[in-house]
Amino acid sequence: MPRTAGEAGRKTAATAGRRTDPEADPKADRRAERRSRRYRRDVRWSPYLFISPFFLFFTAFGLFPLLYTGWASLHRVSLHEPTTMEWAGLHNYTRLLEDEFFWNALRNTFTIGVISTVPQLLMALGLAHILNYRLRGAMFFRVAMLAPYATSVAAATLVFVLLFGRDYGMINWALGFLGIENINWQTGHWTSQLAVASIVIWRWTGYNTLIYLAAMQAVPRDLYESAALDGATRWQQFRHVTIPSLRPTILFTIVVSTIGATQLFGEPLLFGGAGGQKGGPDHAYQTLGLYMYEQGWFNFHLGRASAIAWAMFLILLLIALVNWLVVRRLRRS
Amino acid sequence: MRRSAHMSRRTAALATTAALLTGLLAGCADDGGGSDRGDSGESTDGKKTVTIGVFGVFGYKQAGLYDEYQKLNPDVVIKETSIERADQYYPQLLTHLGTGSGLQDIQAIEVGNIAETVTRHADKFVDLGREKGVDEKNWLDWKWAQATAEDGRTIGLGTDVGPMAICYRKDLFEKAGLPTDREKVGALWAGDWEKYVETGEKYMEKAPSGTVYTDTAIGLFNASVSGRVERYYDRGGELIYKDSPAVKDSWDLAMRAVEGKMTARLKQFDKPWDQAYANGRFATVACPAWMLGYIKEKAGPKAADKWDIAPAPKPANWGGSFLSVPEAAKNKEEAVKLAAWLTAPEQQAKLFGKQASFPSSPATYEMPEVADARHEYFGDAPIGEIFSQAAEDMPTLVLGEKDLAIQTAFTDVGVLQVEQQGKSPEAGWDAALKNIDNLLDQ
Repeated sequence: MPRTAGEAGRKTAATAGRRTDPEADPKADRRAERRSRRYRRDVRWSPYLFISPFFLFFTAFGLFPLLYTGWASLHRVSLHEPTTMEWAGLHNYTRLLEDEFFWNALRNTFTIGVISTVPQLLMALGLAHILNYRLRGAMFFRVAMLAPYATSVAAATLVFVLLFGRDYGMINWALGFLGIENINWQTGHWTSQLAVASIVIWRWTGYNTLIYLAAMQAVPRDLYESAALDGATRWQQFRHVTIPSLRPTILFTIVVSTIGATQLFGEPLLFGGAGGQKGGPDHAYQTLGLYMYEQGWFNFHLGRASAIAWAMFLILLLIALVNWLVVRRLRRS
Repeated sequence: MRRSAHMSRRTAALATTAALLTGLLAGCADDGGGSDRGDSGESTDGKKTVTIGVFGVFGYKQAGLYDEYQKLNPDVVIKETSIERADQYYPQLLTHLGTGSGLQDIQAIEVGNIAETVTRHADKFVDLGREKGVDEKNWLDWKWAQATAEDGRTIGLGTDVGPMAICYRKDLFEKAGLPTDREKVGALWAGDWEKYVETGEKYMEKAPSGTVYTDTAIGLFNASVSGRVERYYDRGGELIYKDSPAVKDSWDLAMRAVEGKMTARLKQFDKPWDQAYANGRFATVACPAWMLGYIKEKAGPKAADKWDIAPAPKPANWGGSFLSVPEAAKNKEEAVKLAAWLTAPEQQAKLFGKQASFPSSPATYEMPEVADARHEYFGDAPIGEIFSQAAEDMPTLVLGEKDLAIQTAFTDVGVLQVEQQGKSPEAGWDAALKNIDNLLDQ
């Protein structure tokens, strides 16, 4: 069975050569030629057909909306007449620069991103390290780790809203035993950010743990054994063996978490309850995603919402660029 | 043999891919709303399908009205699609209106959105005022006016209204040394919301421990501001929220309630609000008719003999919807007939009996289902009498395009900042105005 293009090529040459051969059966000849042509076409185009679904979908639901959003961001568009656009040039973008709500949202996205991503990844590292030891029922713990990730944002957030209730929430009830007065988690500036971050941490720690765990299991055992022989404590092993071997994985999780944090939407929206798009009375947890949603779907300024969407996109590109520079730097060293 | 097996496997793979692709793409091309109905609104067995889009629970299905209509019109099938939250339903309706596709034959519109729809999209809806079987006299004047455009086209038929009263806890009032009889309680504050706040001050002097006078200053602000003629817009459609007396007075009242610490500092319809009902945290709440069921559910059976209802200081409206028929509806004729039938006085009265949606048709106020209605949970209060009185005495509130969003800025930003974050009233006011500026800015 000819499998390679080379083999097919050889066959073609043979067919071509036969054309001058008066002894050959012209019918069989034509059939062979047809078959080989079909085969060449198959080898050449089938892979494209097989990968086409992704690219078709990407074009329809990724690329086109992206470009169209960019186009819309240069116009005044209202949700009332989404098809009528009035050219506005860069107005929507220059307006963002002096829009205090935009800067507030950007700041919130950053602070919530930091207070959720950093503890999350640190905890994930620690947990993965512990799970990496021989444990009884290791499988159980690993599956349990993933359970929060499998829970829907809505369900998780609603439970957290109850936990963080001011008057009858469990957390305030527990703090009450320590003599701490009821904290207003929902509307306090920092407390609400902490509460939102805790939902993110709860959902994603297990997911990152499993990624770290997978990477840790690829670290050769003898590295640990020789470290142990040298008298390294478990903490020292973790610092000097595990962490350096995990560097690319850690970078990967940092990038993914940063992207996730930039796009944070569901948790703060649902945490705010009715009117959650405002992110609390003083917009303490209004992230960029929420601000875009408010502009587009509550204030009906689709052009401005598109500009925010593109600003987010550019910020993510910037993050990717920084990441790329860091990775290149690390590779060299 | 081998070769053909190989070929057929490959052919099968190709065919599968192709089928998947066409299937998926076809699935995408189909608009969400249109997939489950025939092109002409006719289903296979010759019956006409009328689709109706609502938000939350309208109660038509629950009250058996669809079944009744289908029995009266055997060739009609009614299909209802409901979206839980009105603030998600409305943007979707707008996009569908913009593209002229994906629309249901009947679309419900919330009172908070009716002004905007009337000013901007009146031409996209059927003028129901001119249709057979629709009689203007069947509706409260102000309800009819809300859905009528400047050129006289009426694009929505009122379903229910939300006349407000004050629900109060008899047991807490008694402990605080206030009267408990609903007429005496009503007399405490009759005619003026300021008296309602003064009663609150009296309540707080002897308040039973752990309780406050009312749930939130937002409720007070909302009730007071909604009982006026002009609040955020004047009759000419100009924005006046910055210095309209209705807003100023209501804001000052709300601030007085906050400063007197007579509110439980809650946000309505959040979980803690529900829990506060169950725990009997507050003694009064401004309650439109549709809220009674909610209170009963959240306060639970243990508070059964404790709640009662008194008339509000001034009649005000909160909530209520309209049914409209888009011009682009596939089954316009049948849709108009159904909308007219569903909003006719008889059906409104039936709906009130089953779902406590208060009728927008004054003709029903004489009908026994409404006139004699009492609510067992609220001390057998004559709710028909109390709410129809409020509905009839209500002024025609001027609604503007951004009414709902402006209101939300005042309550969810302004009042909340003062009430829950301890900011000064001036800071709260400024924050609300800044939000409104940002909202109105193109």
